[in-house]
Amino acid sequence: MLFYLFRRLLLAISVLLVTVTMLFSLVFLVPGDPASVALGPRATQAQKEALRQRMGMDQPALVQVGRFLARVATGDLGEDVLTHRPVNQLVARALPNTLVLALTAIGWAMLLGIPLGCWAALRPDTLADRVIGVLSTSVIALPAFVVAIYALLVFSVGLKWFPAIGAGHPGDLGSQLHALVLPSLTVGLSWIGYLARLVRASMLEVLQENHVRTYRAFGLSDRLIALHYVLPIAIVPVVSVLGVGIGSLLSGAVLTEIVFARPGLGKLAYDSVISRNFPVVMGTVVVTAALYVLANVAADLINARLDPRLRQGL
Amino acid sequence: MNLNTAQPPVASAAPRQGAARVLRHVWARNMGRFALVCVLLLLACALFAPWIAPHDPIAIKAALRLQGPSAEYWLGNDQLGRDVLSRLIYGSRIAMSVAFLGAGGALACGMVLGLLAGYGPRWLDTVLMLCCDSVMSIPMILFALVVVALVGSSVSTIILIIVTFMMPGYFRVVRSQTLVLKRMDYVTAARGMGASGLSVVVRHLVPNLGGTLLVLVAMDIPAVVAIESGLSFLGQGVQPPTASWGSVLNDGYAFIRQAPHIVIAAGLPIVFATLGFTFLGEALRDALDPRSTGGQRP
Repeated sequence: MLFYLFRRLLLAISVLLVTVTMLFSLVFLVPGDPASVALGPRATQAQKEALRQRMGMDQPALVQVGRFLARVATGDLGEDVLTHRPVNQLVARALPNTLVLALTAIGWAMLLGIPLGCWAALRPDTLADRVIGVLSTSVIALPAFVVAIYALLVFSVGLKWFPAIGAGHPGDLGSQLHALVLPSLTVGLSWIGYLARLVRASMLEVLQENHVRTYRAFGLSDRLIALHYVLPIAIVPVVSVLGVGIGSLLSGAVLTEIVFARPGLGKLAYDSVISRNFPVVMGTVVVTAALYVLANVAADLINARLDPRLRQGL
Repeated sequence: MNLNTAQPPVASAAPRQGAARVLRHVWARNMGRFALVCVLLLLACALFAPWIAPHDPIAIKAALRLQGPSAEYWLGNDQLGRDVLSRLIYGSRIAMSVAFLGAGGALACGMVLGLLAGYGPRWLDTVLMLCCDSVMSIPMILFALVVVALVGSSVSTIILIIVTFMMPGYFRVVRSQTLVLKRMDYVTAARGMGASGLSVVVRHLVPNLGGTLLVLVAMDIPAVVAIESGLSFLGQGVQPPTASWGSVLNDGYAFIRQAPHIVIAAGLPIVFATLGFTFLGEALRDALDPRSTGGQRP
């Protein structure tokens, strides 16, 4: 297990290294020069040179990439071009909002998706099962930001049940939770559908196995078999799927944060792209990529714990 | 002797079934019918936009600012008095061309790289897998925002971004299928009879991947539509005054309180496009491989 952990971490770190290098080369080596983009068209040559020097862009490309990696490795993400505040600070303030959003979305998915899938699996090919199937496929396909806008229109603008913008007042847990409901449901909606489908398929598979027939032969009730003996086995694939899905979940969160004006990582990245604040953009993207890779490692480790066969391959 | 008659167990037998049979199978289901109608309508809108659209999509009429639906303007007018319906019809041109070029490009690149990784040397496989894992670890929409901010937004930039990010999906499928297929007896036999590596790939591997990839493309188009309209919604996609579903949605979002008809109308084509292509993909999968029950990733 320890050896597996080591190999898995090594792979994660190399993925992250390649990612950061790719991103960096893209941002700093493509035609658009970040210094002149950041300063606008009226900046003088001297101003541009000064900024380039401060950003270390007068160095050869390889040195730049190396330096950037070294800085990121020590946890230093650079400095905001406009306000000169450290990017760490900005990211640290936005990160909790995004994490809470993503985790609540996963929470909704597990809370609603798993029971729905389970319920559908126990009555296969009935009308209810087919309706759940069509609905879950639909919500998987719908883009989160369209769902977000319709939800905003109906529940905030129309019915006025939930606030339309922001993440609630700081320090007031009630208002924060209130402001979290719509965005998290929006981000989680496709995952509710996805988990419902996954759990249904996996339950149906387990229900066919021999040990389930033995339970039936012993006269256990269907309900008891489903909840105590089938569901715990059928739920295993959910873990790995959630790990892999964090990436798409974060992408959905970016647009949802913008629609609901929630001060999270996505909003931060978007605002800094608009204001051409590239160190902040890089910082947020690197942190998001790291989150994704970490989530993947965690999912793999849990899977390896649940299924020893997985420790062999990699 | 025809070595092609050996049935591979993994890939579907698409090339041998005939398009008409598959289409009949798709049409036989309610969802398949819904999907075909959606997709055909959207394609018709995209192809014949100038003839279908009742008004000029970029003609500004200040007097009709934010007007609700009327007999002449079925879906109302936007903040510049432009006809929302015509803008959405023209928007389907952008959406469909980006969708097909993006998904097609990703398919082509993913296929070539996947075949290389599956059929080529081990080190190449490792390198390509690492690159794919890395691309997949970047949230696409953030990355797209960065690229668009740097090089400016244009339809070709968006397509390029989509190809880059959709490719790993195809790469993985083609690679793993190739790894299985290349150990099949009929491939070994073909090689034993002196077929070159390239001819094995072109004549035996590619045809067997066809059905799987067709389904994948149909399932990926909703994601591509979402990215294009998402970027345009953020003002970073297709630039004004060109109409795109996302930019109309953005116009409406700014006036969501005064004129909700714009967002309601602008979301619908995105909803129908994503649902239509998803259900088409599902129906195609069922038609090509009746055994399948699995789900797809959101």
